[in-house]
Amino acid sequence: MSDKKNNWPLWEVFIRSRQGLGHKHVGSLHAADAEMAIGNARDVYTRRQEGVSIWVIPSDAITASAPEDSEALYDPANDKIYRHPTFYVLPDEVNHM
Amino acid sequence: MNNSQLKSALLRLGDDALILGQRLAEWCGHAPALEEDIALTNISLDLIGQTQSYLSLAGSLFEDGVKTDDELTFLRTDREFQNLLLVEQPNGNFGDTIVRQFLFDKFALLRAEHLAQQTFNSEAAAIAAKAVKEIRYHADHSSKWVIRLGDGTTESHDRVQKSLDDLWKFTGEMFISDEIDRAGVESGFLPNLDDLKKKWDEEIDNVLGEATLTRPEDCFMQTGGRTGIHTEQLSFMLAEMQVLPRTYPGTSW
Amino acid sequence: MNATHEKLREEFDAYVAEDKKIEPKDWMPDGYRKTLIRQISQHAHSEVVGMLPESNWITRAPSLQRKAILLAKVQDEAGHGLYLYSAAETLGVDRADLIADLLSGKARYSSIFNYPTLTWADMGAIGWLVDGAAIMNQVPLCRCSYGPYARAMTRVCREESFHQRQGYSIMMELMKGTEDQKAMAQDSLNRWWWPSLMMFGPSDKHSTHSSQNMKWNIKRFSNDELRQRMVDMTVPQAELIGLKIPDSDLKWNNETGHYDFGEIDWEEFNNVLSGNGPCNKERLEARNKAHDDGAWVREAASAYAEKKSKK
Repeated sequence: MSDKKNNWPLWEVFIRSRQGLGHKHVGSLHAADAEMAIGNARDVYTRRQEGVSIWVIPSDAITASAPEDSEALYDPANDKIYRHPTFYVLPDEVNHM
Repeated sequence: MNNSQLKSALLRLGDDALILGQRLAEWCGHAPALEEDIALTNISLDLIGQTQSYLSLAGSLFEDGVKTDDELTFLRTDREFQNLLLVEQPNGNFGDTIVRQFLFDKFALLRAEHLAQQTFNSEAAAIAAKAVKEIRYHADHSSKWVIRLGDGTTESHDRVQKSLDDLWKFTGEMFISDEIDRAGVESGFLPNLDDLKKKWDEEIDNVLGEATLTRPEDCFMQTGGRTGIHTEQLSFMLAEMQVLPRTYPGTSW
Repeated sequence: MNATHEKLREEFDAYVAEDKKIEPKDWMPDGYRKTLIRQISQHAHSEVVGMLPESNWITRAPSLQRKAILLAKVQDEAGHGLYLYSAAETLGVDRADLIADLLSGKARYSSIFNYPTLTWADMGAIGWLVDGAAIMNQVPLCRCSYGPYARAMTRVCREESFHQRQGYSIMMELMKGTEDQKAMAQDSLNRWWWPSLMMFGPSDKHSTHSSQNMKWNIKRFSNDELRQRMVDMTVPQAELIGLKIPDSDLKWNNETGHYDFGEIDWEEFNNVLSGNGPCNKERLEARNKAHDDGAWVREAASAYAEKKSKK
């Protein structure tokens, strides 16, 4: 029953909701080609003025990090608190730094 | 252009949008893909919005009292509708719908671009300025589909060529000028249809070329919509569309 | 091997118990994945089949405004189906396969959509009651443990808030109208009241999936809890506009602080569910026809895209 020829590829959709913001992942859809994917994304994901710019990316073109690597990838940043401004205690007299 | 001529011109604009919007609404829930279902209903919604604007404006010009867009939609008879025959043709298969849309969109866009810029009637210009943006998207959508279907598979090519051949006889009507068109052109309100036809021809040919489709020979063209003599299709559509306000006169919903 | 699996399972349960979200690539028990695929795809199917009873009246909507509203509403259902299929696809299934299951009759969808829409008032009743019940069911799902489902539901719920209102507004307008219109509204409530209470599923005594789903934070309230909430909320809304709930056992209970209501006809529920509803056949036929009629179109678009990519 499932005819692969009939199944358009999956695209991930990213929308910029306002000028000045980054594109944010909103979901996916099927389309035969990139142009159609843009059109469909416009019709499906911006019916209520949710966007000013659209990116579509074939889902299979995305490489994702593996959840089981997350400790190795993200935990080492845990103790580097000196990267955050709040680590530094300044005299009260020094404002705006 | 006198008041009554302006009224007629606006009714034609409103009726084209109404009848095509109604036809497209029939697709809701039945399109070839979920994404396309949403696309077709979006176009239908745009057209219903244009209908409301044009018919309200036309309704304000009746000498025997203002008529609302709903009164004009639900309480006129088929003879009083002035839409093009093209837009009342049944949806047929998806290719038929797309070709009908494509032939109309390219015409409607050129017409709306003129209307948006004319200074004869500023209210109509404002409606058209909004419509231009919408129709530009519609024309892009239908053109791309004509190309995909034309240059897709052998089956799709043959089907969409047939749609084109079948609907071609309704294209001539778009460019026939009558008294209202001539008055409209004179006052700057309406575009010159001969000029419009040249641009339309060019745009149609470009897309058909890319779609590997053959432009049909100009045949004997069907006319009558602008004077209320329609094809058999319209009365059925009105019967369905008008059933509630006709059955329960004077009610509000 | 089994020990690792056991450990993963324990970690998963603990994680979910803390109300944290599971994302597509995270490890999850097979049962969890299967349950989600079943539930999300059923939900998606319901949105898509649910378009049919309402699209039935778009061409007959009695004003341009109502036509536009109904069209936008049914279009939203298509969108919601799409968001949900998207969420299901993050679990490693293909939309085409899910749809194939719907079309062959293997997959289920909400049985409410197997009832016919006979009058314009049914557009009111569906929006008010059916969408009302759906929202009641769906709001807790915005906090469901599976991230993509929760996010899809958040979007769905945000968009659906107008659906119920437009339905109630249709009913309100009818109840302000002529005797014919009032009768039309009451008749519609009479037909839709019980089926919409059935939408919450079997009574808690007989619900098979409930407890595990509660533990996994896929479900947060029991069927009967939600049903009671629906009754409590809807009865005053009906009274306000002069509609009578078709239940002779319905009365306010001061002790419980809830309405008592009559027994649901579970025989009807089971029959509609198992395919004997008034429109089961028509709904599936309509979906199959759309799918079959569209095959050449989808194929053409694929063929064209392939040609283009080779150029």
